[in-house]
Parts: sequence; C-alpha cells; structure tokens
Amino acid sequence: MEFFNWFSGFSFVSSDVSTPHPGPLPVEGRGRKFAATFIHRINPMSEFVQSPAIARDEPVNAISPLGYPSQLIAPGESFESVTEEIGSIVLQPGARQPKSWWFGALVAFALLMLFFFAISYLLYRGVGIWGINIPVAWGFAIVNFVWWIGIGHAGTFISAILLLLHQKWRTSINRLTEAMTLFAVACAGTFPLLHLGRPWVFFWLFPYPDTMGLWPQFRSPLVWDVFAVSTYFIVSLIFWYAGLIPDVATLRDRAPSRVKKIIFGILALGWRGSAKHWQNHQSAYLLLAGLATPLVLSVHSVVSLDFAVAMVPGWHSTIFPPYFVAGAIYSGFAMVLNIVIPIRKLYGLENLITERHLNNMAVVMLATGMMVAYGYIMEAFMSWYSGDIFEQYMMANRAFGPYGWIFWALMLMNVLIPQLLWVRRVRTHPLALFFVALVINAGMWVERFVIVVVSLHRDFTPSAWGMYRPTFWDWATLFGSVGLFLTLMILFVRFLPMIAISETRKIVAERREGKLS
Amino acid sequence: MNANENIYGLMAEFSDNEKILVAAKSAYEHGFRKMDAFTPFPVEGLSQNLGQKKSFVPLIVLIAGIFGGLGGYFMEWYANVVSYPMNVGGRPLNSWPMFIPITFELTILSAALAAIIGMLALNKLPEPHHPVFDAPDFDRASTDRFFLCIEATDPKFDLEATRKFLETLNPELISEVAK
Repeated sequence: MEFFNWFSGFSFVSSDVSTPHPGPLPVEGRGRKFAATFIHRINPMSEFVQSPAIARDEPVNAISPLGYPSQLIAPGESFESVTEEIGSIVLQPGARQPKSWWFGALVAFALLMLFFFAISYLLYRGVGIWGINIPVAWGFAIVNFVWWIGIGHAGTFISAILLLLHQKWRTSINRLTEAMTLFAVACAGTFPLLHLGRPWVFFWLFPYPDTMGLWPQFRSPLVWDVFAVSTYFIVSLIFWYAGLIPDVATLRDRAPSRVKKIIFGILALGWRGSAKHWQNHQSAYLLLAGLATPLVLSVHSVVSLDFAVAMVPGWHSTIFPPYFVAGAIYSGFAMVLNIVIPIRKLYGLENLITERHLNNMAVVMLATGMMVAYGYIMEAFMSWYSGDIFEQYMMANRAFGPYGWIFWALMLMNVLIPQLLWVRRVRTHPLALFFVALVINAGMWVERFVIVVVSLHRDFTPSAWGMYRPTFWDWATLFGSVGLFLTLMILFVRFLPMIAISETRKIVAERREGKLS
Repeated sequence: MNANENIYGLMAEFSDNEKILVAAKSAYEHGFRKMDAFTPFPVEGLSQNLGQKKSFVPLIVLIAGIFGGLGGYFMEWYANVVSYPMNVGGRPLNSWPMFIPITFELTILSAALAAIIGMLALNKLPEPHHPVFDAPDFDRASTDRFFLCIEATDPKFDLEATRKFLETLNPELISEVAK
C-alpha cells in the first residue's frame, strides 16, 4: 500500500501492492555466502505498517498563492518509489525504455556518422574544405565552439551555483544537466582542435619540456582557453562522478543480473553509504560546488577574451565577459529544456520533474535573456558613443550590411520571442516551452555567427573585406557535432541514472519532516 | 572473547532517518565508539551523533589549491621569463596580470582533483568488499533502510549485552555480521 502513488500514472508503482519491496532480489537468491548467523526480526510487519508515503491533498501541479507551480516532487513519493522510478529506467530497460529511444538512437547515430565522415575528409584534405579564408578565418569552427561551450554552462550553474544557493529544485535536473555539460564541452573541444589544421599535434598547446625548446605564450587568451576548457571538462567530470557514486551503488544493490551488478559494482568503488563516507562525500561535493562556481564564470569569460583582447571592431569591448556568461547560461538552460521536456514525457518522470522545474528554468532563461538583450543594446550604444568610425561602421554593417538579415533574425529569436516567457501558461506548457527553448538555442548560435563572422568580414580596410559562405562540410560538422552530443546523451539516459537518486531521497525525507513543500 | 572472533559486529536496521539519528546518539551515550551507520542518503547530524571527527577533505583541498596556484604561476614565470623570454615592445617579462587566468584555472583544477582523490582516500575507496555487505537486508541500505553497526572491536562490545542494548532502540531487525 505504501507504494500506491496517488497522483502518478505509472502502473508499475501502483499495481505492485502485493510485493511491497519490488526492488532487490531476496537475500537468499543473491549468490553469495550468507554470513549472518543470527537474524532477529523484531517487527516483521513493519514494512507494511510503516508507511513512508504521506498522501497530501495537493496534486503534482499545485499552484502556490503567488501563482507559481509549487511541487518539487509529487506528493506521496517514498524512498522506495523514487529509487524505483529512477533506477528501473536503467535496470529494467524492457519495461521503462520507450520505443522512441531506438528512433532517437538511430537519428543520433546517423548524425554521429556524418560527423566522423566530415572529420575524416577534413583530416584528408585540410581546413580548405570549409568556407574559411582571409578575412574570415574563424568561421563555423569557432562559432560552434563558443555555442557548445556556452551550452555546457547550464549544467554547472544548476549543479554548483544553485546548490550553494540552497535551491532545492535543482535536485531533479542536476544529473541530466551535468551530463549535458560534459557532452557539450566534449563537442566544443573538438572544434578548436579541428580548426588547428594539424590536430594531431594538439599537444603543442600544453606546456611540456619539448625537444623544440618552445613554451606556450602564456600571455595569450588562446592559451588561457586551453587551460580553461580542459579544467572545466575535468572538474565537471569529477563533480558528475562524485554525485554518481552513491547512485551507482544503489543500482549495484538492485541490479537483477550478475553482469550489471559487477559493472555497477566497479563504478561504485565499494560505496556503502557509511556515515563517514557521507561526511567526506558531502564535504567534497560542497567544495567542488564552491570551486566550480567561479570556474563556470571564468570559462566563458576567458572564451570572450579570445575576442575582446583582439582589436577587431565588434570584438574589442569590455562588456564581453559578463555578456558571454549571461548568454552561456541563457543557451544552456534552453538546451536543458530541450532535453528535459522530451525525457520527462517519454520516461513518465512528471512526478520528479514537475511544472515547478519547468517554470523555474523558464524564469532563469527570461532573466538571462534580458541580460543578453542589455548586452546587445550596450554594444550598439557604445559603438555610437565611442566616436570611432570603425565601430560605428561595424554596427551599421551588422544591421544593414550583407548579413543584416541574420542580425534581425537574431533579434527576433533572442530578444522578441523569449518575451513569451512572461506568460505563465507558456512557462508551464511543455510544448510551448520546448519551442521557445529551441528558438533560443538557434538564436544563440546565430549570435555567435554575428559576432565571429560579421565582425571579421569587414574590419578596417575595404580592400581586405570579403564574404564568408559555409560549405557542405561546415554544415556537416555542425550537425555532426549535434549527433555526437545526442549519441552521448541517449546512451547516458539508457545506462546511468539520469536523476540523482540519493538527493531525491533526501528531498523525500525533508518533505516528510515538513521542511519543504 | 573467543566467541567474538569471527564477528565483525552487530547490525541494527531502522526504517527512517530520524530513528537512526536517535539510535546513534544513544549508542554513543551508552559508551560505544567503534561503530558506523549506513544510510541511503546523507543524514544531517548523524556523523556528529556517532562522535566522528570532522572531515579532513577541506584541509586537503586548501593545501592542493595553494600548491596548484603557486605551481601554475611558477610554470608560467619559468617558461615565459626564464626559459624562453620574449621581448614584446619592451614590456616587462613578468607580466603578472596576464598570468592570472591560468594560475586561477590550475588552482581550481588541483583543488578539485584533491577533493575527489582526498574524499576517496579518506573513505578508503575503492574497497570492493566489506563485511557489512553480507548483512541481511543490507542491499536496502542504498534504498530505504538505515543501519547502525556496532563493531566487535569496540571495548564495550559484548554479544549478548550489545544485542540487548540494540533491542532497546526498537530496530526492525538485528543481525550478526561475520568477518
């Protein structure tokens, strides 16, 4: 009975009343030596009597007095039910993986093959297959790099900054977004490497005592980038894995087959949830959050300095670091929504990822979108106010030059359409929100195109002006990188718990004690 | 005691996080020191109730962060000032503001690596097997049950007396854990 979930539509939860503990196998059947010599079950019926579920009257989409969705997780969830809901996706794929997973895997894998194809041809022929040339030498590779790394910012923002700010709603989405961060940074990392021209000597970027007697020029923002992006990737990986250890331990203990038990057992490193373990773990996790917080702000600032330190009109601007960070979080949240909304629907996770989460993410997106819009206004204002004719021409060219239509598309996608998020119905309507997020994602890519390509194509001397036209290979690499991202994401939701189980259990406990709504 | 030779400890199982907090506190007040609790999520205050010391992770992270930062700056200074100086328009070679971003990144990197490695080392992980894994129901320690284990090495441990004591805590189940 304790597993009867009043508001959920899942049959596997509510129909299982006959076996109150459906998860792990009985102790005898576990294939290892049963070491206990004495078992004294004092209260054999306690499993039935001790109902952890407190059924409340509010439905999962309850609205607070101020008019916002108020539920962090559905009422009536228990330790066991949240563990089952999340864990079974990985452990009983037959029952919980939707058919559409295969469709998604197919699309993602096809795009990944396109990526490999594009890279192979690039390695064979060189960067000349792209549309880049002088004056636009940076092209799609750098646009894609900045776009992906920006997308990667939401994960750490949600995991680290919201943890430090005690925003409990992060719990249901932090694992997914951390994974998203890792995969987005992996995609981002490929572009500067491919853009090197000779990617196989990428290690020249790192400081090591080489036989050429050279060192990197540490005063260059491009070298800062190497350190910022690789640090960001490693720290995100550590943070993600640190959070994952207790959860893979849960999967190890509930795994139905020996192979799964061994694989999750290796990943769990022997985690047994002892008080000492938790104490060190929580301490390390909090410190990692504290370390990741300035890191996430630094990464896109460093990326923006690649531009701002240069003298090109449209790049040379002190507003770039904060404006890039705001844009990064903006596009990151858009990507989170684009991933979370289908997953929530397909895996039936509405009880854990509630309308409150959607609403909160939409609000963050609206706020950062306003900051980005302010950045656009300031760029325009400063180019006029500077009195510098090159700056003024840059702005006029951006809006009315040969790429002018792209600028206006950007304004539409990043400034006008997101204003729909003022409406609560849009913020809590998954489909509407999905499309707004999709528009913002595309808009942020266009923004980077405007910054990189439109600034470069006409700088100081008209004789050096030129146009940039992407080739098939540019597009193939862009969409191929989306394939890499989707493939990693789709494998992740299949093989690892996509919501932090132990943290969700903590939310259940806190709700029960009345600390949370 | 000979009878205790093959015993790792006595394990009591509880059904929620408030009970384990109370149980840990009374076990500590009863004089037990060598004990540990196993819970499916971090229960605030549990480690204090068990009388465990504060975590050393922050100290490790601080030291690693300081060394990472100093090491990072030293690397840049050595490379760009000593080993391969490059005169750009007569600007000072030790141009420290330009060395800050990488110093910062390496501070964070070392501190983060120290946080995870330090956490695993202090927890003595990876440790694939441990006697408590054999306790009945222990697979639920990662789902919805809370365990308190009083180890046989505790000076106050006595099989019968300890079991009696655990019974007063009103657990769901008490079991012996073999070594």
